Amino acid sequence: MPDRSHNIDPDRLLGLYKTMRRIRAFEEAAEAASLDGRVGGAVHLSIGQEAVAAGVCANLRPTDQITTTHRGHGHCIAKGTDPGAMMLELFGKEGGTCGGKGGSMHIADFDVGMLGANGVVAAGIPIAVGAAHGAKLLGEDRVVVCFFGDGAINRGPFLEGLNWAGIFALPILFVCEHNSYASTTRTEAVTAGPGATARAESLGIEAFEVDGNDVVAVDGLAGELTGRIRAGGGPFFVTARTYRLKGHTSVDPGAYRDEDEVSLQWAEDPMNRCEEELQRLGLAAAELETIGRQATEEMAAVAAAATAAPHPALIQAFTDVQDVGAPVWSALP
Amino acid sequence: MSSLSYLAAATRAVAEEMRRDDRVWALGEDLGRGGVFGQYRGLVDEFGDARIADTPISEATIMGAAVGAALVGTRPIVEMRFADFALCAVDEMVNQAAKARFMFGGQARVPLVIRQPSGMWRSSAAQHSQSLEAWYTHIPGLVVAAPATPADNLGLLKAAVRCDDPVIYIEHKDLWALEGEVPDDGEDVLVPLGRARLARAGDDITVVTWSKMVGVAEQAAELAAAQGIAMEVIDLRTLWPWDQEAVFGSVVKTGRLLVTHEAVQVGGFGAEVAATVAEDLSDSLKAPVRRLGAPRTPISYAKPLEDQLRITPERIAAVAAEMLGD
Ligand SMILES: Cc1ncc(C[n+]2csc(CCOP(=O)(O)OP(=O)(O)O)c2C)c(N)n1
Ligand SMILES: [Mg+2]
Repeated sequence: MPDRSHNIDPDRLLGLYKTMRRIRAFEEAAEAASLDGRVGGAVHLSIGQEAVAAGVCANLRPTDQITTTHRGHGHCIAKGTDPGAMMLELFGKEGGTCGGKGGSMHIADFDVGMLGANGVVAAGIPIAVGAAHGAKLLGEDRVVVCFFGDGAINRGPFLEGLNWAGIFALPILFVCEHNSYASTTRTEAVTAGPGATARAESLGIEAFEVDGNDVVAVDGLAGELTGRIRAGGGPFFVTARTYRLKGHTSVDPGAYRDEDEVSLQWAEDPMNRCEEELQRLGLAAAELETIGRQATEEMAAVAAAATAAPHPALIQAFTDVQDVGAPVWSALP
Repeated sequence: MSSLSYLAAATRAVAEEMRRDDRVWALGEDLGRGGVFGQYRGLVDEFGDARIADTPISEATIMGAAVGAALVGTRPIVEMRFADFALCAVDEMVNQAAKARFMFGGQARVPLVIRQPSGMWRSSAAQHSQSLEAWYTHIPGLVVAAPATPADNLGLLKAAVRCDDPVIYIEHKDLWALEGEVPDDGEDVLVPLGRARLARAGDDITVVTWSKMVGVAEQAAELAAAQGIAMEVIDLRTLWPWDQEAVFGSVVKTGRLLVTHEAVQVGGFGAEVAATVAEDLSDSLKAPVRRLGAPRTPISYAKPLEDQLRITPERIAAVAAEMLGD
């Protein structure tokens, strides 16, 4: 077994911390823009879940690929998507990752191997499986990571996708972000049996549980598993236990949750835990504050730029639909 | 008469039907906390969590289990949350619910209501904004309803629950807050499936529409009136079966038909209405029938792009004016 104790190189941990800070700052800027109406569509914040995105993606190469969900901002940033383009997308502006045509739930950035967020729960699972299948067919040496929530494991594509990955021995890492909720519903109440890890194991997929608020643990496990995939192994499965510190969407006060439960979870905020770890390794609090401030400034600038940016040209509603039989745009009266 | 929102009217319909018939129950995600739009708010307190059932995110099984439970004598109300997610349960709707009665030689009935909140709402983009009602009108065995007012969301939903065949029940997300008059509490008023409503009378042109577009057409009628055009607006309310008698009667009177809907124009239900009128009433027509629907492109996220796909009162009025030769 590789060493998964907290003997992490301080520079590596600092890198993970920076990623987490940037995700948190992006989410806070997006939340503000959603609440004051600058962002029109639904925004699902990943505040509290940053350690999973940062820890997993730190082990990926630019040629590796991921799929994610409606709650995917963190995965995009950790995979290398430009937050400026992401914010423009949330604002529905020109220069957004998808030209403003998709919005928060449909961010994609194929240049960095980010094959798309998804508005349909569990729909990304077969797509990630297919990407891994494609890599195998093409003889391309890459790892695919498939992120999804604990609510997704009750849809058929979860079973079908895992089974498929197993029989074709695909180079894929499934990452279930277990935040205990699917919208207003506690997933425990609608999930039979012990849950995701056991389901993966029942299909013969080696599966692991990790504290998803412990970025060092996530990084260590993801490093081990991506290494084994690169050596010809896979598929693997990870359940990362974490918590959605905010509501389901930016406008959901989350009143269906116990206040005590939520405040207990804030005490487990992965950001604080990472800071404690860094300080234990000798980093000064002032240095961490600087990193936090820089992240906040970066995302404030990104949001300001998105606020000022122009909307896409109207004709964009009619482009990239299909080649044969494409719609024809004519300016409306 | 009292006043209720489109949303509250539906809540009342479900409550009244559940009180009247204890075989009626509802199932879907998050219903115990009122459902994603709050359309089930309070119901779990009165009826308990066996009859207001919280389900996993399992659309295929929500639908399939509802079919099974309907076959054995319960009357499920299936909540699909967004019409777009009903696409995860198409086999269960189209191959199972719609076919069971016929295939099994009449031994079985599938009395279920499939609620599908539809349409453009708050920049929801391509996977949360679709209007797919026409697909279901194409499937023998299904009834398709699409109310435009609080009164109809009360009366039609009650009628749908009492229907012994599967009903695709399309509510428009942008109408939830619309207030309107409804029968007083305690009055058990059904709106019959298959009957249109005259939303506005006029002699010059008939506009046939449904769901949110009824209100848009009523605004268009105001604009047209200012130009001296008397527009008749017919709210179809049920798409299958559709009220041919009401539409034909109006077109015989006005001689002109425009069908408009939020859904994509190509292959939309407007095509069916227009073609039927063109086939059967050609002698009464003073102008070729016209359709006005969305362009055949996915719905954009960016607001100005999305807005461009909407049918506005101005556009309806402009087409009406063209049809009157202006
Ligand atoms: C097929 C489908 N059903 C329902 C929804 C509505 N929906 C969006 S997110 C969500 C909850 C998902 O929970 P989970 O998978 O745990 O992800 P989390 O939101 O916790 O990140 C639901 C039910 C959807 N988008 N797609
Ligand atoms: Mg969850």
